[in-house]
Amino acid sequence: MATVSEFRICPTTGLKVHSAAEKLIKANAVVAVVFLAIGGLFGLMVALTRWQAVHLLPADWFYLALTAHGFDVLLAWIIFFEIAVLYFASAILLNCRLAAPKVAWAAFWLMLIGALVANVAVLQGGSSVMFTSYVPMKAAPHFYLGLILFAVGALLGVAVFFGTLVIAKEEKTYEGSLPLVTFGAVTAAIIAVYTIASGAIILIPTFLWSIGLVSHIDTLMYKLVWWGMGHSSQQINVSAHVAVWYAIAALVLGAKPISEKVSRLAFLFYILFLQLASAHHLLAEPGLSAEWKVFNTSYAMYLAVLGSMIHGMTVPGSIEAAQRARGFNNGLFQWLRKAPWGNPAFSGMFLSLVMFGFIGGISGVVLGTEQINVMMHNTLYVPGHFHGTVVAGTTLAFMAITYLLVPLIFRREVMFPKLAKIQPYLFGLGVLGISVFMMGAGTLGVARRHWDMNFADAALTFDYPPAAFLMMALNGLSAVMAATGGLIFIVVVVGSVLFGKKVEGKIDLTGGAAVAKYGSAGTLKIPGTAVLVAVFFTCFVLYYFVNWKYLSELWPLR
Amino acid sequence: MASPNKPGDDERVPFMQRLLDNPFLLLFLGVASPAVLYTIWGIMEIIQIPIAK
Amino acid sequence: MAIQPPESRLWWKEPVAKVELIWVIVAFLWGLVMFFMMIYWHAAGKQNISSEAYRVDPASYQKKAEELAEKYKTGERAGIPIVKPPAGSDIYLIARLWQWWPIFELEKGKAYRLHISSLDWQHGFSLQPVNINLQVHPGYDFVQTITPKDKGEYTIVCNEYCGIGHHQMTGKIMVVD
Ligand code: HEM
Ligand SMILES: [Cu+2]
Ligand SMILES: [Cu+2]
Repeated sequence: MATVSEFRICPTTGLKVHSAAEKLIKANAVVAVVFLAIGGLFGLMVALTRWQAVHLLPADWFYLALTAHGFDVLLAWIIFFEIAVLYFASAILLNCRLAAPKVAWAAFWLMLIGALVANVAVLQGGSSVMFTSYVPMKAAPHFYLGLILFAVGALLGVAVFFGTLVIAKEEKTYEGSLPLVTFGAVTAAIIAVYTIASGAIILIPTFLWSIGLVSHIDTLMYKLVWWGMGHSSQQINVSAHVAVWYAIAALVLGAKPISEKVSRLAFLFYILFLQLASAHHLLAEPGLSAEWKVFNTSYAMYLAVLGSMIHGMTVPGSIEAAQRARGFNNGLFQWLRKAPWGNPAFSGMFLSLVMFGFIGGISGVVLGTEQINVMMHNTLYVPGHFHGTVVAGTTLAFMAITYLLVPLIFRREVMFPKLAKIQPYLFGLGVLGISVFMMGAGTLGVARRHWDMNFADAALTFDYPPAAFLMMALNGLSAVMAATGGLIFIVVVVGSVLFGKKVEGKIDLTGGAAVAKYGSAGTLKIPGTAVLVAVFFTCFVLYYFVNWKYLSELWPLR
Repeated sequence: MASPNKPGDDERVPFMQRLLDNPFLLLFLGVASPAVLYTIWGIMEIIQIPIAK
Repeated sequence: MAIQPPESRLWWKEPVAKVELIWVIVAFLWGLVMFFMMIYWHAAGKQNISSEAYRVDPASYQKKAEELAEKYKTGERAGIPIVKPPAGSDIYLIARLWQWWPIFELEKGKAYRLHISSLDWQHGFSLQPVNINLQVHPGYDFVQTITPKDKGEYTIVCNEYCGIGHHQMTGKIMVVD
C-alpha cells in the first residue's frame, strides 16, 4: 500500500496525485518532447529537400533523414507521450497510486534504449529502410532490435496502466464508472495491446532473418502483420487525442460530455473496429480479395468512422453547452467567439479537432475507399493525409495538453506567454499547409519517399506538371512555418520546465466563472455545433463523390 | 460523482453499461475482433494464393 | 466533467438529446452509403483492381517476360526493348533495381492482361500522368486487365522506396491507335 506521504493534493483540481506517477509522467513527457524536436528537424530537412528549388540534402541523406523522421516522430514522440497520458488518465484522474512504479521505470528505460539503438542504427547509414522496413530490403539487426525493445517497453507501460485500473477499483479510489477521459485511455490501451502483439509477431522473425537465422520472410505476410502494428498505432493516437480533447474541454471550460452513453459507445466502436483499417495499406496489394479489402478498409461498414463523427460533434457540443451555461447565448456562434482563443491549451485543442475532422478525417476515408485508393496509393497524398491526422490532430492535441501539464504536473508557470499564445496557430497553419500541399501534389501523381521529382539521373525522363513543383515549394514554406511553431513549443516547454516560476496554490485554468449546472437531454441547445457539423458533412459528401467522379475517368481496370 | 440516494439506485445496471465498465472484457473483444477479421482472414487469403502455371 | 466519473449511476439509462441522436443516425446512414458504394462499383464501375495473383519464382517470371519481349520486339530505347504484343494478350512487366522492363507499345481501347512482378525488392507501379498506382512484390505475379484510354507516352514511376536508385527507376508505356 502506498503511504499518504507519497501523495499530494492538487490545489486546483482537488485530485490526489501520486508522486511516483507524477515523476513517470514527467520523464515520459520530457523524452517525448525531445524526440519531437529531433524528428521535427529531420522533417524540416526532408521537406526542404522535396522543395525542388532548394533540394537541401543529397539522396542518401534524404532517405536516411526520412527514416529517422518517421521513427522519431511517429513512434518515439507519440508513444512516449501516450504512456504519459495513460499514467495521467489512470493514476491521477482516479486518485490512485500507480501500479508497480518499478515496472513503469523499466518500461521507460526499455523504450528509451530501444529508441536510441534504432536511431543509432539509422544514423550509421545502413538502415535507411524507412520506418516500415518492408522486406526483403534489409536493415542492420540492431535496427529491428531497437524497435523490439521499444515495443516491449511500451507493452509494459500499458500493463502498468491496466494494473492501475485494477488497484483503483479494489481500493475504491473512485465511485461508479471510469471518467470518460480514462475510458478513452482504456480504448487507446486496448488498441495498443493488439498493435504491439502484431509488432512482436512480425519484428521478431524479421530480426532473426536479419541475423541469418530465418531464411525467408514472405513480403505480403510481412505487410499484413506489420500494418496490424503500423496502422493500429495510429488508432491508439486517435483514441488518445480524442480523450485529450475531452480532458482539455473539461479542464479549461468545465465542459461535461453531452451524453456519457453516446460518447462511450463511440469509443466502443473504436475498440471493436478501428484496427481493421490496417487494410488501408493493402488496397493496392496482390492476392487479397475484394471482400477482405472492402470489409476491413471500411472498419466493418464504417462503424469506427461513425465513432469519430460522434466525437466530432460531442466535443464541440459539450464546449458550446458549457459556454452557453456561462451566458454566451447570443446567436449561433457567440459561444465560439467568446471561447478562450488566447489560451494555447484551448486553441490548440480546437484547431486539432477541426483539422483532424476536415483534413485528416475526410481525406482518410476517401483514401481508404477500396477503388479510389488506386489513384493515391504511395503518392504524396498519403503523407498529406496523415500529417492531417497525426500532426494536426494528435501532435497538436498533445501540445495543447502540455500547456496544462506544465502548471499541473510540473508545477511551473508557462514562460513566454505571448509566444505560447501564437504557437498553436503558427504550427497549425504550417501543418495545414503541409497536409494540403502534399495532398495536392499527390493528386498530381508525385511519388512519396522520392528524392528527385525531376528524374535528372533517370534513363527515361519524365516531367510532372509545373503545378506539382509549385505545390512542393508551398509545402516547403509551410514546413518552415510548422517547424517554427514546433521550435517555439519546444522552447516554451523546455524553458518553463527548467526555469519557469514555481506554481504555488490554486491556478486558474478556466479563466474565471465556474460553469453553472446545465444540460439534461431535454434542454440541451447546441445549434452552433449543429451548423458546424452540417458544414462538415456537406464537405465530406462533396469531396467523397468528386473523387468517385475522378475515378470514373481513369483507365478501365479489372 | 455518483449520488447515493436517487430513485432507482438499487436498479440493476444495464448490460451495456456493465460491458463498458469492464476493461478486461473490452480488451478481449478489442484484440479478438481485429485478430480474426483482419489478421487471420488476411493470412488465410495469402496462403490460398495459387502457384503460377 | 469528462475527467470525473459520470454523475448518474445508471448513465446508460439517460436519454440522448435529439440533435445528437439525429447526427448519429445521419452518420450511420452515410457509412452505409459509403460501404455500398464500393460494392456498387464492383458491379457497375469500370475501375476495380483485380485480386488475381499467383505465387511465382522470380527466375521463371523473368523467363516468361524475356520470351515475350523477344517474340514481339519492335525496337529499343535507352537500352530497353520496345515490345508490341497482340491486343488482348498476357503481357509481363518486370520491376527490378532500378528499371521497369520492357517498354510496351499498346493499342488504345484494347484490353491487355498486364502481369507485374519484382525480381528483387518491392517496387511501386505508378503510371503517370494517369495516376494508377499498384504495389509490386517479389514472388507474386499480380494480374490486371487494363485498357488504355488515350494515346500517348506514359511513364511508370517507382513509388515504393527501393533503395538509393529509387528516384531513377522509370519506365514507359506507349499507347498508339
Ligand atoms: C515540422 C513538422 C513536420 C514537417 C515539416 C514534416 C514534413 C514531412 C515530409 C515533407 C515528409 C516526406 C514525404 C515524403 O517524401 O514521402 C514527411 C513524412 C512523414 N512524416 Fe512528417 N513532418 C513534420 C512533422 C511530423 C510529425 C509530428 C509526425 C508524426 C507525429 C510526422 C510523421 C511523418 C511520417 C510517419 C512520415 C512518413 C515517413 C515515411 O514515408 O517513411 N511528421 N514529413
Ligand atoms: Cu523501385
Ligand atoms: Cu522505388
